Amino acid sequence: MVTLEQIVKELKEYDGEEIKIMEVCGTHTSSIFKNGIRSLISPKIKLISGPGCPVCVTPSVYVDKLVELSLKPSHCVLTFGDMMKVKGNQGSLTEAVAKGGRVRVLYSPLDSLTAAQEDPDTQYVFAAVGFETTTPIYGLLLDEILKKNLSNLKLLTSLKTITPALEYICENEKGIDAFIAPGHVSVIIGSQSYEALAEKYGKPFVVAGFGGEHILAAIYEILLQLRDGRHQVKNMYVSAVSQEGNPQALSVINQYFETKEDFWRGIGVIPQSSLGLKSAYQQFDAGSSFIEYREELPKGCRCTDVILGRITPVECPLFGGSCTPLNAVGPCMVSTEGVCGIWYKNRG
Amino acid sequence: MKIDLSYGSGGKQTSSLINDIFLKHFDNPVLNRLEDAAVLDVQGRIAYTTDSFVVTPLFFKGGNIGKLAVCGTVNDLAMMGARPRYLTAGFILEAGADSQVLEQIAQTMRETADEAGVQIVAGDTKVVEGSGNIYINTSGVGEILKEGISIANCQEGDCILLSGNLGEHHAAIMSERMGIENNIASDCAPLFSLVEGLLEAGIDVHCMRDVTRGGLGTVLNEVADSSACQVEIRETSLPVSKEIQGFCSILGLDPLYMANEGKMIAVVPGEQAEQALAAMQRNPYGAYAQIIGRIEKGAGVRMITALGGSRAVDILYGEGLPRIC
Repeated sequence: MVTLEQIVKELKEYDGEEIKIMEVCGTHTSSIFKNGIRSLISPKIKLISGPGCPVCVTPSVYVDKLVELSLKPSHCVLTFGDMMKVKGNQGSLTEAVAKGGRVRVLYSPLDSLTAAQEDPDTQYVFAAVGFETTTPIYGLLLDEILKKNLSNLKLLTSLKTITPALEYICENEKGIDAFIAPGHVSVIIGSQSYEALAEKYGKPFVVAGFGGEHILAAIYEILLQLRDGRHQVKNMYVSAVSQEGNPQALSVINQYFETKEDFWRGIGVIPQSSLGLKSAYQQFDAGSSFIEYREELPKGCRCTDVILGRITPVECPLFGGSCTPLNAVGPCMVSTEGVCGIWYKNRG
Repeated sequence: MKIDLSYGSGGKQTSSLINDIFLKHFDNPVLNRLEDAAVLDVQGRIAYTTDSFVVTPLFFKGGNIGKLAVCGTVNDLAMMGARPRYLTAGFILEAGADSQVLEQIAQTMRETADEAGVQIVAGDTKVVEGSGNIYINTSGVGEILKEGISIANCQEGDCILLSGNLGEHHAAIMSERMGIENNIASDCAPLFSLVEGLLEAGIDVHCMRDVTRGGLGTVLNEVADSSACQVEIRETSLPVSKEIQGFCSILGLDPLYMANEGKMIAVVPGEQAEQALAAMQRNPYGAYAQIIGRIEKGAGVRMITALGGSRAVDILYGEGLPRIC
């Protein structure tokens, strides 16, 4: 059995053709930096970050809608902290609060139930943003809203699914040789979700955990597959990810949500790439279906090229100058999972 | 009893608040004179500092706002190599504050002050409109025991010691706010005895800093900037309890950037590092102390990771908030 030391030695000494591996998930990007992985592998192995941060791919007009709702009389927007500083065309939620908007940062979607019960005169709107990882929790929230018969708590959804985005990248971005598949999403959707992509596009997909050693092992597996001309789905996160995924979570998703076309900030429309509320539950939708999406990235911002792996964050002319975590121009600089923010905090 | 605006009027009710709570608990000859200003007996050069405390909730596992208000200020004095001697305490009470709660806070302040070896010698109370919250400002004076201790005084070859496990105060406060049940308690503690131990052991301490808001990552960057050097730390030497590690992994937080209220770093000459470590570990507040790194030539903070990689450690940006996924 190969040891971690042998893996590191082989990855460090690799001197073959340049390899480009995309890690799709922001938590993987963060772990790559935290563990100093780049300093442990050959410069010929390029790790590039994909569109796996939900905050980064949430369109600016969605943020505008949240801002509008926060400023509406008797309304209050509930959100995770990450969304507070993301700029829409009319500013961010933080700026909306300064203008008198009502916004509360929550740590769990289920906390919104208490807020709605304690203040029935306020219409609460939960900013339901995320991938398949978070969607089941919104389903459980709807369970409780129905049980408690609450009419003053709704969702504004921008829920994305990862495999259509991966298909878009495989189809349009030819330079990527392999993928480290997202760990959290894979827990829900299962490793088999990548089989069709691996087969159709001839690229390895390796599901990895978040420890530094897990990521090194995944890179090594990719190296072996490419060397042997293989393109398989390999699940190296078996402690959390099964082939079929989590049936309970998938059943909750299927009960309340259906796949729809969606708009990804920086990318555009991707067919069947979102989860919207089914028509039977439209009374809990705070207007998600009526948002008119259009592309509006700030001037000079190259977040699109960053999340599609065409450039690294430092190649964006705004990076570290006018765009920093304290004054983010583009969405990739805002979130703790955003690739530009992670690169900035770990620069040097 | 609920405190209303009349308790800030300066009349009979103000006087009863002062007598029934503050004089009862802070009782000492300097304060009891109730002069316009405290007359103090201080020797040599002094260190002088002030801080305000606005924590929510007021009570948490391991302490309350009163304990924080004393520890925060005495620790700032201690980090300058000063023996804390006297404190002042200013209270801003929102109407609706509970007098029993205030009394509990005052009692904790007295107990903490006793442990820290300081007297609370002057104070002030104001009542403002609001919803019952309590805010405290403390100022403190300490006698300098060792000159030259400064964040700008770190030298190449120095070792960096950390007095104990990271993240406990931050995690305790977050747990209270989020209603999470666990055994995590704030590390809030007065640290002068740790400093005294180092000085009594004859350690030529170059720099000390308490690791509060912004966490260790931010403090080490301040050290690197002020002393124009590079700080190199080893990930495997950073003390973090298993419980905090679990808490952080669930919420997406990093112990490197979490606030502590009873932890300090000391930068000492490399050849005295082991002796300094032993001195720290003899103190209950330094039982888990570790040598976490060295001062090198260069700039910024670098970490040697557990896997043997190298990475930069930056300051905290914004607030450490839980992630979406």
